[in-house]
Amino acid sequence: MSNPELTPDEVKQADRNRRRKKLMAIAFVAPLLLFIFVTFVAPIGTMLYRSFYHPTVSELIPETLDQLDQWEEGSSDLPPDQALNTFAVELQALAKERLSGKLAEEINRALPGASSLIKSTARKMRRAETETLRTEGAQLLLDAHPKWKQLDVWRAMKSSGAVLKDDFYLTALDLERTPEGEVVQRDTQIYLQLYWKSLKIAFYITALTALIGFPLAWYLANAPSRVANTLMIFVLLPFWTSLLVRTTAWIALLQTNGVINSTLMSLFIINEPLEMLYTQFATVIAMTHILLPFMILPLYSVMKGIDPSYFRAALSLGAKPIPAFIRIYMPMTVPGLSAGALLVFIISIGYYITPALVGGTEGQMISNIIAFHMQSSNNWELAAALGSLLLLLITVLYWLYDRLVGISNLKLG
Amino acid sequence: MKKKLTSLAAAVAFGLAANTAMADEMTAVSFGGAYGAAQQKHMIDPYMEKTGHNILFENYSGGVAELKAQVESGNVLWDVIDMEVIDLERACSEGLLEVFPHDVLPPGDDGTPAAEDFSEEALANECGVGNIVWTVLYAYNHDTIEGGEPSTMADLFDTATFPGKRALRKRPQVNMEWALLADGVPKDEVYDLLATEEGQARAFAKLDTIKDDIVWFDSWSQAPQLLNDGGAVMVQSANGRFFAAIQEENKPFEMVWDGHVFDLDVWAIVKGTDKKDLAIDFIKFATGSKPLSGMPEVAYGPTRQSSYAYIDENVIPKLPSAHLDEGLKASSIFWADYGESLGEKFNEWLLK
Repeated sequence: MSNPELTPDEVKQADRNRRRKKLMAIAFVAPLLLFIFVTFVAPIGTMLYRSFYHPTVSELIPETLDQLDQWEEGSSDLPPDQALNTFAVELQALAKERLSGKLAEEINRALPGASSLIKSTARKMRRAETETLRTEGAQLLLDAHPKWKQLDVWRAMKSSGAVLKDDFYLTALDLERTPEGEVVQRDTQIYLQLYWKSLKIAFYITALTALIGFPLAWYLANAPSRVANTLMIFVLLPFWTSLLVRTTAWIALLQTNGVINSTLMSLFIINEPLEMLYTQFATVIAMTHILLPFMILPLYSVMKGIDPSYFRAALSLGAKPIPAFIRIYMPMTVPGLSAGALLVFIISIGYYITPALVGGTEGQMISNIIAFHMQSSNNWELAAALGSLLLLLITVLYWLYDRLVGISNLKLG
Repeated sequence: MKKKLTSLAAAVAFGLAANTAMADEMTAVSFGGAYGAAQQKHMIDPYMEKTGHNILFENYSGGVAELKAQVESGNVLWDVIDMEVIDLERACSEGLLEVFPHDVLPPGDDGTPAAEDFSEEALANECGVGNIVWTVLYAYNHDTIEGGEPSTMADLFDTATFPGKRALRKRPQVNMEWALLADGVPKDEVYDLLATEEGQARAFAKLDTIKDDIVWFDSWSQAPQLLNDGGAVMVQSANGRFFAAIQEENKPFEMVWDGHVFDLDVWAIVKGTDKKDLAIDFIKFATGSKPLSGMPEVAYGPTRQSSYAYIDENVIPKLPSAHLDEGLKASSIFWADYGESLGEKFNEWLLK
């Protein structure tokens, strides 16, 4: 082969060795790979999938949807009686299996108020004869509730019936589709504002941690090791304390009659208590505290590795201390600074617990509305779409960072 | 050696079999806190003592998300669940709960048949059996209130007469109803009006008048705290939370019953549980006259008329059941229809 000095046997042997080493390496990595797949790739994949693949309605009323296919959403007539009859039969079947509530919830999403309409009609249909429904279902339906004569209900039914759809993404971007198929702004404008706000808060937090963390990391890196080690414990101690405890401590500090207000008032600096808790300020300050170690640690490890003789050389060559610091020392800390900034920014943009506890309404971030759709409104598809957009946003920011700073420049420790 | 192992295995198998035949085990979940403790004392413990079955009693924070996840994934961990009627309506019609055979419920201790003994709402849904009547109202602190003593819903919105912060739970439920009540809408028209665009706009407009004076919180447990350390002068919460603070910690709180929004909690059975018979048996016991009569300890009213025979006469006026005329029954049907769309609009309004 390529090496003429080796006999074919030796080449084979070498290949075998190489293959064995490769297998060994894979075996070592396998547990981690498996772990990442099970806990990371699979859930995120499911989330992405769920945000556009939504077969629930088409599984519940397949035949009705087949018949509605012929009917134009923009038309001003009701769907043909045949479709209504089919729907009456399917609704009865759902009512008997106790699945009508599921349909009600789905249609209600497109048309608020449809839930009680479907549930109450389903109860009435349950008592009717299936054979009668097959021929006179349409009439029974229209008699059951006047709302069945409205086109909105049938439009909502048809649009909810699509299996693959972008509706959740449209909602997540504050848009909606009219019956004519045009994409327009929704009446309720909320999600874009929240994304923008989350970005802003994450940016404030990153800037603040850098501002506070940089001098501290510099001091730690240059102090005698005994002092540095002691101070390091103060940096790490909060790191080991439960997140909830740290957040609650901020509540005690910031509340109306909390430590800060009562101190300031007893010193006669202020007359009225300041309003600090349940504001954006509270979110920013509590999260800055919580995320500070993520900035200090990479900075510290990078600064620790910087040879002090560069700085001394600059001074001995006649540079003034401040320009020397900015032009010689600072550029060498960029890998640590950017790693810290990236960590803090990405963690804070999706942060949930602290804004929920101290943020009130001003300090809400996109993660809080995702939790609302997971826990209260049960709109997991919209939650998935919102989460996917957040993931996309972070990926774009990461890409921008790579273009501007370069990912190879990153140093975590 | 092998023989030993087999005999050991046989012994273990026998032991297990004997165990399942004698005592069974299931999981019940409820809301914890003082309420959970009262349920433990009056329902769970006496039942375990009486039957020898074991019940694991756990807490959850309400809502149907966890229930939905368990049933949809087929991994059912809970057997019996205590839930708010507002969630029951939805969970039942979505097939997340078993249908409960109401005809197996025993008569009250005084012999009244179950169908007459229970209040009508308690058996209104085919999936659950009413457990308590509870309510959401607001209270003020005698030490911090200025401008007199609030007594109506309009007073909550009157910041000129009663200056100071109001603490409300951050969700549209109850707040939208209160806004309309304070705006002079009669109780029986509140939900019809809220179903219209104008009604919703009117409620938000009323909330706008005190928006800058509202402190929002996320969990009922935060509420007495806020009232106590001056975070707010009027605070919304479940009546049991205030009752506990007044009764046990001697807090100078006063509850205002005008316009309170009451609802029931029910016991229900999770769809797909393999302990269904045991679950039914437990619910039959837990909603008996005597166990229900323990609930007023935390100020929640029993759903059986026959339970009142066991209750201290002094406590009865402090229960929501004594103030039903002043209150409004929360509409689970309305909130199933508009919970999500109003939730979005409410969040949008908060951001404005």
